[in-house]
Amino acid sequence: MTSQTQTGGRPDMAAPSAAPAIELRGISKAFGPVQANKDIAIRVERGTIHGIIGENGAGKSTLMSILYGFYKADAGEIFIGGQKTEIPDSQAAIRAGIGMVFQHFKLVENFTVLENVVLGAEEGAFLRPSLAKARTLLTNLSREYALDVDPDALIENLSVGHQQRVEILKALYRKADILILDEPTGVLTPSEADHLFRILHGLRDEGKTIILITHKLREIMEITDTVSVMRRGEMTATVKTAETSPTELAELMVGRKVLLRVDKTPANPGATVLDVSDLRVTDEKGVERLKGVSLNVRAGEILGIAGVAGNGQSELLQVLGGIADAKGTITLNGKPLSLSGPDSDGRARRAAGITHVPEDRHKLGLILDFAAWENTGFGYQHRPEYSHSGIMDNAALRADTDGKMERFDVRPPHNWLAAKSFSGGNQQKLVLAREMEQNPDLLLVGQPTRGVDIGAIEFIHQRLIQLRDEGKAILLVSVELEEILSLSDRIAVMFDGRIMGERLPGDTDETELGMLMAGMDGKAG
Amino acid sequence: MNKMPKWADVALIPAINLLLALAVSALVIAYIGENPVQAMKIMIKGAVGSAYGWGYTLYYATNFIFTGLAVAVAFHARLFNIGGEGQAMLGGLGVALVCLALPWPHWTLALPAAVVGGALFGAAWAAIPAYLQAKRGSHIVITTIMFNFIASALLVYLLNNVLKVPGSMAPETPRFIEGARLPTAYDFGAWLGFTRSAPLNVAFFVALACCVGVWFLIWRTRLGYEIRAFGQSEPAAVYAGIQPVKITVIAMLISGGLAGLMGVNAVQGEAERLIIDSVQGAGFVGIAVALMGRSHPVGVLIAAVLFGALYQGGAELEFEIPAISREMIVVIQALVILFTGALDNMVRAPVARLFSGFGKGAA
Repeated sequence: MTSQTQTGGRPDMAAPSAAPAIELRGISKAFGPVQANKDIAIRVERGTIHGIIGENGAGKSTLMSILYGFYKADAGEIFIGGQKTEIPDSQAAIRAGIGMVFQHFKLVENFTVLENVVLGAEEGAFLRPSLAKARTLLTNLSREYALDVDPDALIENLSVGHQQRVEILKALYRKADILILDEPTGVLTPSEADHLFRILHGLRDEGKTIILITHKLREIMEITDTVSVMRRGEMTATVKTAETSPTELAELMVGRKVLLRVDKTPANPGATVLDVSDLRVTDEKGVERLKGVSLNVRAGEILGIAGVAGNGQSELLQVLGGIADAKGTITLNGKPLSLSGPDSDGRARRAAGITHVPEDRHKLGLILDFAAWENTGFGYQHRPEYSHSGIMDNAALRADTDGKMERFDVRPPHNWLAAKSFSGGNQQKLVLAREMEQNPDLLLVGQPTRGVDIGAIEFIHQRLIQLRDEGKAILLVSVELEEILSLSDRIAVMFDGRIMGERLPGDTDETELGMLMAGMDGKAG
Repeated sequence: MNKMPKWADVALIPAINLLLALAVSALVIAYIGENPVQAMKIMIKGAVGSAYGWGYTLYYATNFIFTGLAVAVAFHARLFNIGGEGQAMLGGLGVALVCLALPWPHWTLALPAAVVGGALFGAAWAAIPAYLQAKRGSHIVITTIMFNFIASALLVYLLNNVLKVPGSMAPETPRFIEGARLPTAYDFGAWLGFTRSAPLNVAFFVALACCVGVWFLIWRTRLGYEIRAFGQSEPAAVYAGIQPVKITVIAMLISGGLAGLMGVNAVQGEAERLIIDSVQGAGFVGIAVALMGRSHPVGVLIAAVLFGALYQGGAELEFEIPAISREMIVVIQALVILFTGALDNMVRAPVARLFSGFGKGAA
């Protein structure tokens, strides 16, 4: 047994107060040899916002999935409002008054808000009476909690922030007393996030209990009353938010001291490496995704592209990386690049000196079923160090992978393991090692730390700065404003396929960038 | 979590599938009033109990190796080529044309030429569906199966109107000349007990060479690497600068070529002329062989021999027990295909659970 000395909220230690909204005792869950949850105990008091923070893979999502009936715990008990409750499936969770707002919304895009809310909770075989009843209820709920959602709007026409409120409405409509939100701000602009926080405060004041799962320390500090920290499947601490600090929480999460700020010297930019002007991309549906983007990146600097996901940043990376076609002009070190046809593919881009750490390492950056060593040559299979006259040099790939794993501290350092067997952070290091060590003139980096734990984030940031200091040009796309602000030497904000403006990190702040990200001219505010 | 050991994946599960199929077959045989144990004995003895049986079993297996490898290569690019039947028919045509075209002095010259002819015709027949898939997005399953019918009609037309011996009633080409005929098992394996009747011929060794070749292609060459990457994830392949159109077409050409090689065995090696139905469903059996063999050449080889035995044993059974008709044999073969191919997951999931259960118990 592991020691549980730091565990807070054990039943025997708990003060005898009113029955907590949720109490978990001794919850354990293993997936094969991996112990995802180890003897978890937690008390969530009624009418509070309780944060659960932890790195990726710490077991937060598993714990919430047990609470919502997706998984069955191997051991342990669940008490809802003091009553021992079995939750074999999500229907039981809903009956127990638990509502969940997932990170990826589960909404039917071409249904209205009303239809989505009623979906699965219809009363009887005929829709009309349920809808009429729901409409009244929905309007009341919407007014009560300042949710401001039009019941007749189609989901596909709503902003991400509004879609999230529909998810909250769905839970409230099902009479949820306890709301679980999984990484709710990942897709929101700062102002949308603020709005969400106001809604959550309102819900709490009405007596609802809210569990907020996040890896963002700032959110925890801003809106929670109590915070529980998870690390490697264990609940390492539960503390009052007012009595802790971000540094302390980060240490509890990682298990050692972490640098929350990125150490870097001012950039020393050289000649222009990448010059993009009037770049336009139209997707398969005929929607214009890039509407005349112009920018440049110089040697030895990091240009950060800020923006809410889906405003053209992905398309920009795809065009530069040779995945999508475009119109306009791009020059690299003064030489124009093809924007369509066979000379514009990923191989041609790599040959020109552009390497690319894609936003989605699962879908693009790695072949998950390939071994780590096979992924080392991915995209570079034509390079003479990896293949000669059509035959792959597997021994060279393995040797190179061993070196990369050592230099980038990939764990476990087994080159034969399939890419899917590594944690998010280690997968990202495999991709970074591959793309950074090709000695590019320009490195494209999309969401370098998405789904990556704090320890690895620190490492990845240092490596990017190091590459910059070696005189490389780096184009960084991230939806994390903190990351953009701390890494970039210049910041361009994208909204709706356009660059809204460029700022220097020293001359701007999150508020101004947030305004630009929402499509407003920052100066006006 | 998939904690199933590799041996369970490649050996245990196919073995359970096979046993289930045989158990259901036994029920069917018992239902019509015959003794299933005796029937099973006849099948096994007929297939592998004598040099005579092996001569047929391995001949069928040769066909299935070619068509199984064809399906397997396409699978690696996540293309479901079910046109092996048509590609093998056209391959047979290519082989026949090569054999009839020149006065071949010796089989050592005719065989390489027939290999090229069969592969080219098979590949050409796969090229059109491949192009339609790559460029127009027409689903390869639909187009390849359509091309099976076209191939069949084309062959009937050619044999009746162009290639037939003038004055003959049979829709078949003249018999190939001596120098184009392949040595049979009797010629190279009489010391093993093979008789003149054995249809097994040197094409078997071509099939074995193809197993090695496919293994090398898939796991050692850059093309194989790109095919597998494309098969695993098309978006990732595009990211890596691999062109989907190129890989789709190349993988299908190789697949069609392998299916076409079946003509070397069935047309040049066995019939020694082109007949209407030289393929006899081997194109479809190839799908089951590739599924059961997990698209690995070694697995394909083993599965092909198994299906060969099933064909030969079935023929013996039909002969020995008159109550068991030709249709009954087809039912048994179909059951094996059903359990090893289509119902694979039915066994896989419980076995995987069993293994993860063991893992937990040990931890």
